[in-house]
Amino acid sequence: MLNEWLLIGGMALVTFAIRYPLLALSGHIRLPEAMIRALAYVPPVVLTAIVTPAVLIPDGQTLWLHPGNPRLVGSLACTAVGLWRGNLLLTIVVGMGTFWLWQLILD
Amino acid sequence: MDNSPLQALGAGARAMFPLIVGAIPFGIIFGTLAQGSGLSFGGAMAMSALVFAGSAQFIALGLLTTGSSGVLIVLTTLVVNLRHLLYAASLVPYLQSTSQLWKVAIGFLLTDEAFAVAIQRYGQPGYHTTDHWYYLGAALAMYINWQLCTWIGLTAGQLIPNAAAWGLDFAMVATFIGMVIPYLKTRPMMAAVGVTLVVAVLANGLPYNLGLLVASLTGVTTGLIADLAKPGTHAE
Repeated sequence: MLNEWLLIGGMALVTFAIRYPLLALSGHIRLPEAMIRALAYVPPVVLTAIVTPAVLIPDGQTLWLHPGNPRLVGSLACTAVGLWRGNLLLTIVVGMGTFWLWQLILD
Repeated sequence: MDNSPLQALGAGARAMFPLIVGAIPFGIIFGTLAQGSGLSFGGAMAMSALVFAGSAQFIALGLLTTGSSGVLIVLTTLVVNLRHLLYAASLVPYLQSTSQLWKVAIGFLLTDEAFAVAIQRYGQPGYHTTDHWYYLGAALAMYINWQLCTWIGLTAGQLIPNAAAWGLDFAMVATFIGMVIPYLKTRPMMAAVGVTLVVAVLANGLPYNLGLLVASLTGVTTGLIADLAKPGTHAE
């Protein structure tokens, strides 16, 4: 077993070294106008990039575009409720419920 | 708009509530899986307290279980968290005249969730002196919840048989989908998200989760091109 404290220290260090430096320099840097416009797309784009493989490639290897994939069905339910109601908590609850129900039915 | 720091702190924490609901299962599973991966109780708690990066922590557990070297785990953490560079860049315009103490706190507590909630407040017209307090309320609520859930997973999680197989991690997926949908109001935004979806599938095989970065950068570039192609329209 490698030294876990060294590992945690290393992980903490690189994580902070990504999160902090740009913030530290703000006030000294001005971002170009095009970049500011581009950054407006960051929140939904990164969230989509995180979620997509988790839903469509749950085993990390094969694309699972089939009603037998409970994550896919749950995600479609989330999308439907989100578009219809726009309430985040309701979206989570209905999505999670659909996901579990689908798993139960398929079992 | 809340005018006292305390009000803003509370408003941030309240805005975070649905995202915390989504993060609870994720944190508990982390705690539950941590001990089986070889991390000690204190090590798992320290990782949540000092690294505070959900997906990187999960990947670290997976790599520990397969006996990867510490250097590889730290490098993978770096790559997985590179998306925070985009978040930090997005925050730069709002931190022009902010003290370093605030910047350290904002940087240390930066997560997908805190960013997504706070950037909406920062993006509202006009400058509000309490915006950082709003961020702090949101981010601290997430932080405290993450520590509690790690602890619950480490203790009570051991009592639940096979907790990881229940698919509780889907709660995070549901949360993130719910956060994306309100953005889908303009064509450039829809194009950006649509392209990201396709590229995320195509680039999934890349090592060290690099697909996440490739998909994100392609999506943002798509959004910008679509945005510039339609002068007069903006993302918001």
